Amino acid sequence: MLSATRHSALRSLRAQACSRSFLSESQPSLRARLLSTLAILEQKDGKLNSGSLGAVTAGQKLGGPVHGFVAAKAGKSIAQEAAKIQGLEKVVAVENEAYERGLAENWAPLLVENIKKGGYTHVVASQSAFGKSLLPRVAALLDVQQLSDVMSIESEDTFVRPIYAGNAILTVQSSDPVKLLTVRQTSFPPAETEGGSASVEEGVDPEVESPTEWVSEELAKSDRPELASASRVVSGGRGLKSKEEFDRLIPPLADALGAAIGASRAAVDSGFADNSLQVGQTGKNVAPQLYLCAGISGAIQHLAGMKDSKVIACINKDPDAPIFQVADVGLVGDLFEKVPELTEKLKSS
Amino acid sequence: MSSKLRILVPVKRVIDYAVKPRVKSDRTGVETANVKHSLNPFDELSIEEAVRLRERKVAVDDILAVSAGPAKCADTLRTAMAMGADRSIHVDVPEDKPLEPLGVAKLLKAIAEKEQSNLIFVGKQAIDDDAGQTGQMLAGLLNWPQATQASKVEITGEGEVTVTKEVDGGVETLKAKLPMVITTDLRLNEPRYASLPNIMKAKKKKLEKKTLADYGVDATPRLKTVKVEEPPARQGGGKVDDVDGMINKLKELGAI
Repeated sequence: MLSATRHSALRSLRAQACSRSFLSESQPSLRARLLSTLAILEQKDGKLNSGSLGAVTAGQKLGGPVHGFVAAKAGKSIAQEAAKIQGLEKVVAVENEAYERGLAENWAPLLVENIKKGGYTHVVASQSAFGKSLLPRVAALLDVQQLSDVMSIESEDTFVRPIYAGNAILTVQSSDPVKLLTVRQTSFPPAETEGGSASVEEGVDPEVESPTEWVSEELAKSDRPELASASRVVSGGRGLKSKEEFDRLIPPLADALGAAIGASRAAVDSGFADNSLQVGQTGKNVAPQLYLCAGISGAIQHLAGMKDSKVIACINKDPDAPIFQVADVGLVGDLFEKVPELTEKLKSS
Repeated sequence: MSSKLRILVPVKRVIDYAVKPRVKSDRTGVETANVKHSLNPFDELSIEEAVRLRERKVAVDDILAVSAGPAKCADTLRTAMAMGADRSIHVDVPEDKPLEPLGVAKLLKAIAEKEQSNLIFVGKQAIDDDAGQTGQMLAGLLNWPQATQASKVEITGEGEVTVTKEVDGGVETLKAKLPMVITTDLRLNEPRYASLPNIMKAKKKKLEKKTLADYGVDATPRLKTVKVEEPPARQGGGKVDDVDGMINKLKELGAI
């Protein structure tokens, strides 16, 4: 049933493409007119999540009109907020408490219906926990091969993404009629949230019930800047030896710099820091102005998450640690002496 | 469906995580010949979790490991069986025509239906293509509940599943009923090493050979590799002698 309607939707999309090609004088204008993007916007407790606005930035790079999509308990008021995002032509909003927790099971059919209704050629979400959970499910329902962690857009069908923990960069061309992308947050900065004037339209709501029930969440509380979007990050690794030392040395240095705190997998596994602070292939990708790390050797999995930082500085007692090969500034020394000294000197300067 | 667990664990043979991959000089891909391969680390967690469920006296009927790829995937499956999988299926796919996640998901759907699986543990991502899609696609195709990036899984005798999953900024807990697809994250468990006696025993366990055609799966690729390149190399900036040197250099670079 679903697949039948899907195929007919795609067929009508293609038919539209054919009929319009007779009218167009040149290829680019044809492309600009046909291409349209749906950018998935995330919210939490009725507020837009700015991290997800990279989807809008990516949508603008694609060329055609960009529509935003929100679905939540307070869907309409969030849509009013989203309408001010620069670069959005329209915001499609669905107000229903069932979508509040971002469960993929009811979100996927919801998106499929709205993608079909809007005839979108591109759908973009952020490479967040939500985007990563949802978009592949949508892709399967639409029978398309999704593209994950896109770091650059070459053209409407050609995308660049890292593979092998960022040790190789793949340029790939998609032949699918609808392109589904999750985009790397550090490669697509959030769109401006003021100055836009998009119209708001009610989306379709298929009201599919989710078989999964949201029970609870436990989020690490922090007054510091958010790791993924911070302009400075101070990160600690196994070299800190214990949670006590991590907590004694790293937060004061981070405070002196107004930086977010990160950690290597070794530090997280040893219980020095919370999982959500992990930087690397299996943790977060960061690309701050300054990445300052202490007691991190620089395994490829860690480098994958931070080597796009503007300036990398490290303190490590092993002069042969791989981290020195990527660091702009390296200091060989005992972090238990150097980190407090650095903190003091930064505070007094 | 009975509440006895029939667990399906897809496993992938990938370049070993400790190896630094080299891009081929013709920019068509990454050099895989004569490079150490092993079981994708997240798939080890999947096998381990399945085996631990059985050890926790949850009624586990069957743990089936599946891999799709060239002949050498059989080694990967033997490892999975040495860790505790009961049997395995190797779906032969030529090395030069690897499946995309959508193709794998379609194949796994067919296998899950044929084998009457009711719980599927999929690694959250393979460390080669870093796509992180297969589990969610599979759940979508089967129309089953999904829980991604699981760090804790609890199953009751009635087939009720509670999963704690890693999300941005913390953890989230979900509840669903079997059948279900769960993708595994690093914090889920500490995979065991395959002991020598178990490696010997694994040689006697059943390993079926199949093809895509056996499952009637069309896995025509949708993506074309344009090129694969080395990432731009970073210029190491060298070392400084002391903390003052570091502060000065950071100021010079405009970082502070």
